[in-house]
Amino acid sequence: MTTLTVNGSTHQINNLDPATPLLWVLRDHLGLVGAKFGCGIGQCGACTVHLNDAPMRSCLLPLSAAADQKITTIEGLASPDGKLHPLQQAWIEHDVPQCGYCQAGQLMSAAALLKQKKKPTDADIEDAMSGNICRCGTYLRIRAAIHSAAGNSSKIAAVVGCWTPSGVNESCDSTTLASEA
Amino acid sequence: MNKLLANAARDDAEIQALMSGVLGEVAPVSRRQFFKLAGLTGGGLVLAFYLGDSQVAVAQTTTDFAPNGFVQVRPNGDIVIFSKCPEIGQGIKTAFGLIIAEELDADWQRVQVKQAAVNPAVYGRQGAGGSTSIPANWDQLRQAGAMARSMLVSAAALEWKISEADCRTQNSQVMSKDGRSISYGDLVTKAAALPLPDVKTLKLKDRSEYQLFGKRYTGVDNRQIVTGQPLFGVDTQLPGMVYASYTKCPAFGGKVVKANLEAIKQLTGVIDAFVVEGTGLATEVLSGVAIIASSTWASFSAKKQLQIEWDETRASKDSWVEFMTQAQALAEKSGKQPLRNLGDVDGALKDSAKQVSAFYSYPYAAHATLEPQNCTAWFHDGRMELWSPTQQADSSLTLLAKVTGLPVDRITLHQTRVGGGFGRRLMNDYACEAALIAREFAKRQNAPVKLTWTREDDFTHDFYRVGGFHSLTGGVDNKGKLTAWRDHFITFTADGEKPVSGGNMDAEEFPALLVPNVTITQSLLNSATPAGPWRAPRSNAIAFAVQCFLHELAVSAKRDHKQFLLDLLGEPRWLTPGNYRSLNTERAAAVIKLATEKAGWGKKLKKGHGLGLAFHFSHAGHVAGVAEVRVDKNKKLKVIRVVMAADVGPIINLSGAETQVQGAVIDALSLMFAQQINLEKGRVQETNFDQYPLLRMPNAPLVEAHFIQSQYNPTGLGEPALPPLAPAIGNAIFAATGERVRTLPLTKSGFSWG
Repeated sequence: MTTLTVNGSTHQINNLDPATPLLWVLRDHLGLVGAKFGCGIGQCGACTVHLNDAPMRSCLLPLSAAADQKITTIEGLASPDGKLHPLQQAWIEHDVPQCGYCQAGQLMSAAALLKQKKKPTDADIEDAMSGNICRCGTYLRIRAAIHSAAGNSSKIAAVVGCWTPSGVNESCDSTTLASEA
Repeated sequence: MNKLLANAARDDAEIQALMSGVLGEVAPVSRRQFFKLAGLTGGGLVLAFYLGDSQVAVAQTTTDFAPNGFVQVRPNGDIVIFSKCPEIGQGIKTAFGLIIAEELDADWQRVQVKQAAVNPAVYGRQGAGGSTSIPANWDQLRQAGAMARSMLVSAAALEWKISEADCRTQNSQVMSKDGRSISYGDLVTKAAALPLPDVKTLKLKDRSEYQLFGKRYTGVDNRQIVTGQPLFGVDTQLPGMVYASYTKCPAFGGKVVKANLEAIKQLTGVIDAFVVEGTGLATEVLSGVAIIASSTWASFSAKKQLQIEWDETRASKDSWVEFMTQAQALAEKSGKQPLRNLGDVDGALKDSAKQVSAFYSYPYAAHATLEPQNCTAWFHDGRMELWSPTQQADSSLTLLAKVTGLPVDRITLHQTRVGGGFGRRLMNDYACEAALIAREFAKRQNAPVKLTWTREDDFTHDFYRVGGFHSLTGGVDNKGKLTAWRDHFITFTADGEKPVSGGNMDAEEFPALLVPNVTITQSLLNSATPAGPWRAPRSNAIAFAVQCFLHELAVSAKRDHKQFLLDLLGEPRWLTPGNYRSLNTERAAAVIKLATEKAGWGKKLKKGHGLGLAFHFSHAGHVAGVAEVRVDKNKKLKVIRVVMAADVGPIINLSGAETQVQGAVIDALSLMFAQQINLEKGRVQETNFDQYPLLRMPNAPLVEAHFIQSQYNPTGLGEPALPPLAPAIGNAIFAATGERVRTLPLTKSGFSWG
């Protein structure tokens, strides 16, 4: 029997091979499907969860290594009262997701970064996020959303715009959706 | 819609054919049937809404007002909008919601958008492909919103005993000239009792009246996405569900002779293992071994222990190296199949001041959707119920009926959110596999079966973007004008007669309609590798060859590339008069001018930096891009900034439009930089992301998206922003270094990220 503590709740896992990756325990046995299967070899980051606040690829982490540790998944990123994590809020404000499949992993990597560095630089962000693939290419908005959640508003440059034949630069005054190079 | 399809540009024809499940007239549907199919239980005024047909089926309500299959207004003022097409990351669920809400004058804060049931009888075509969702549904959705609005106005006019002409609507309210107002929610009961207006009498908004369009909206599912809610096909969880894997021959078309099934059945967590003979078609079910287990991991682990003897006598023997050799041998000659022959190319070349020849090539590519192919199927009580992430919701039904032999009315398909499409899920082989596996397993046990492909399955059993080759010759006269164009296009065939899906070239491909002397011929290489549409089919590859070669010609004639392109476009006109999905030279010139202006075309650059321009027209979208790159002496490439300008008519959701452009640029850069599917002995060599690298954040350039919101009807944006990127980068590398890249991916020429 293995004891798992996920998002503050304790689960007893019976009759499972201790080599089973945490990802599949979460998805198939605990019904927590927020962490995604993307590659199975730790290349894409879609399965990222926190093990004692550090980002982990759950597709490679055996159940035995996760036992009795503090595990946080995307389902546990918001406060228990439902208040979203600042990153989740920023993700919505910046309309980050396209298909959305990688975003749980992206958010968990970003949340681990902000725990370590309250005001990350672009280089910090690139370093922390380079293990997460986004097939749709939402990287610019992810970067902008992380800066936004960190309060680095000066980092979010106004680089998107629209243009009409009349020359009116309408709708370009609200949020800005890409970051500086 | 039919009219639109008839006018669709030829480059969309293939997608249309693929999505041709239900394109004609739809059958009437009974009131009860509609309730059931649309999932609108508990009453509601519901009517099936037929395009171009005022026939309706009405059901009375005591609670909600739902004048058609798209809109429901609740007494408390909440509005539910049903989005008919698959959401694959293109943002259609948000855009469709906005189109209906705009005509309805709904308070967007009170709108909830839900995925519609799969029911072609009510909704017509329910697919996502060819950037057609918005143009094909533009009228239907606006009519749906306008119909609801019209009835709410009628209800208010009756309430106030005034003329409808003295009422206006805004933000979910009807207002009278004399200053009264009433909310939509308070009009629900009265509106539900009214007769339905004839669709033909509905007045749609003039463009100047739009309130919602053109601003930025966050996606309607974003809160659920960022909190990890089960939205995707692979998230399907059902009581008693079992987990399946499926293993096919690594060489396409090989068949199972025998497998160690008894040993597999002894493994931990394995419930069953059996051979599926399949239908022999890659688009349906190929021969393979199914393993049913108590978890995905148990099934995947057992899969690794499989020992299968394959019969490969009729399997693919394809080899990319061999294809290259064949293509190079053909390059010097003309192709046997003429695609276009206009004027006198030989004469024009003879008279030209500058003549250039070049050979371009690009490899096979995979879709690599981040959500691997999967489908959950449950065969019970003579019915098949499926949960499938598909780009083809409606035509999946007919395909599944064919494969299972069940009548369509015994198949229920739930469309889930889709973790990436890119054309891969226009094919529904995984759903067919799940259906046959579930039916076989149902003989032993009544249980839903979730089939999940491994990433390796996904890479090795795709419908690939085929490689291709262009042997090009062009001539420029002494005034610097392009006078001759010759392309020998070498592509792939499965039947020996015509190119495979996604591997064809239009006889009108840019710049064929703009040059006085043109010869385009085609040669076909035999291939047994499954092929299919990949985001911006054909254009995603052809644009690289054609738009780089145009730059080569401009350089040889010592012309500014921008001016060379503008001269080529010539006078403002539609290249196919009367077809608004054809290229319009005025729109093309405008995006070229805008992209170059915003990018600072002509500005002085640091050493090692270069600006590259490319235009391409595809899927009715006019898009130009300018890339700024830096290349050092070790061929380390940094894409600093990409400026894109697009004209796809009015923008519905500005945020969605920007993100499609940004995504298309990154997708195209990812594709051109390092992605290649190599074939050897009929087998795909790349099996995971370590061998088929996707672009990561540190290499993502800054992307600016600019839109010209021209007067024309909106067209799609999921695809047309992709093709110009590769040639813009190729041209920028030339500008920075003088090196002309004619082979993709760039890593083959020694480039690495800088």
